Amino acid sequence: MQDVREALMAGRASDGQLVRRPLSPHLQVYRPQITSTLSILHRITGIGLGVGTLLLVWWLVALASGAAAFAAVQWFVASWVGLVLLFGWTVALLFHFCNGIRHLAWDAGYGFEKPVYHASGWAVVGVSVVASLVVWAVGLAIWW
Amino acid sequence: MAMKEAMAGKQGAIMRSELGRVRGLGTARSGAGHWWAQRLTAAALVPLAVWFVISLLAHLGADGAAMARWAGRPWNSVLLLALLIALFRHLALGLQVVIEDYVHSEGAKLVSVAAMKGVLALLWLAAVVAVLKLAFAG
Repeated sequence: MQDVREALMAGRASDGQLVRRPLSPHLQVYRPQITSTLSILHRITGIGLGVGTLLLVWWLVALASGAAAFAAVQWFVASWVGLVLLFGWTVALLFHFCNGIRHLAWDAGYGFEKPVYHASGWAVVGVSVVASLVVWAVGLAIWW
Repeated sequence: MAMKEAMAGKQGAIMRSELGRVRGLGTARSGAGHWWAQRLTAAALVPLAVWFVISLLAHLGADGAAMARWAGRPWNSVLLLALLIALFRHLALGLQVVIEDYVHSEGAKLVSVAAMKGVLALLWLAAVVAVLKLAFAG
């Protein structure tokens, strides 16, 4: 059973009267940092990649279904919408991949010192951007 | 006697710390299995994702027949299946924590997680059946 008081952020004053409890501002005032920003980006790219698996499943099912179905999915991928989505998916994948490795290093116990996690954070950003551009440069060179 | 019980406990499906097991205290739930599965699928996805992206780049512009032949070759089918298994497990675990973070009502949380897993299970099966079809029917 959901606690109504939690929903209304209501409390009781000492005389029993219901009052709205004051809340400190958080996202409104906290300065974005490399740690928190990359953390939420990891979640956002993860969800974005999850949406991207819909396209992956469509592609595989179309591939197994025959030429007509495959031509349809290839048409979509090559369209402007498809290319924009594919580029976004590439960036999301490379970021999530690099930051994921950063996470695995943390899980093994490495990289918790402040200068190290700052450096690794910016390294992830740099590698993701550069690798995305490289992959797309290679792809466009092959395709066109 | 205590050693025997401890050893029997080790074969249990729920991962639990030694101290927790001994004292009978600690969390009522078990997140350790989830934690490990997420890390193991992540580690598996590192080489599998690299292989998949490189394979796609190598086949840019290829027609459907060539792509289907590539996917149907035994090694590629195996790696595609491994990719799908690791990917969907990793995705389900990740989405589960997201839902658990943002949906607060216990009932809605349960339904959301179950629905998400159901949808992903169907998508996974569709993809697996497609790969198997390419592997066996050609």
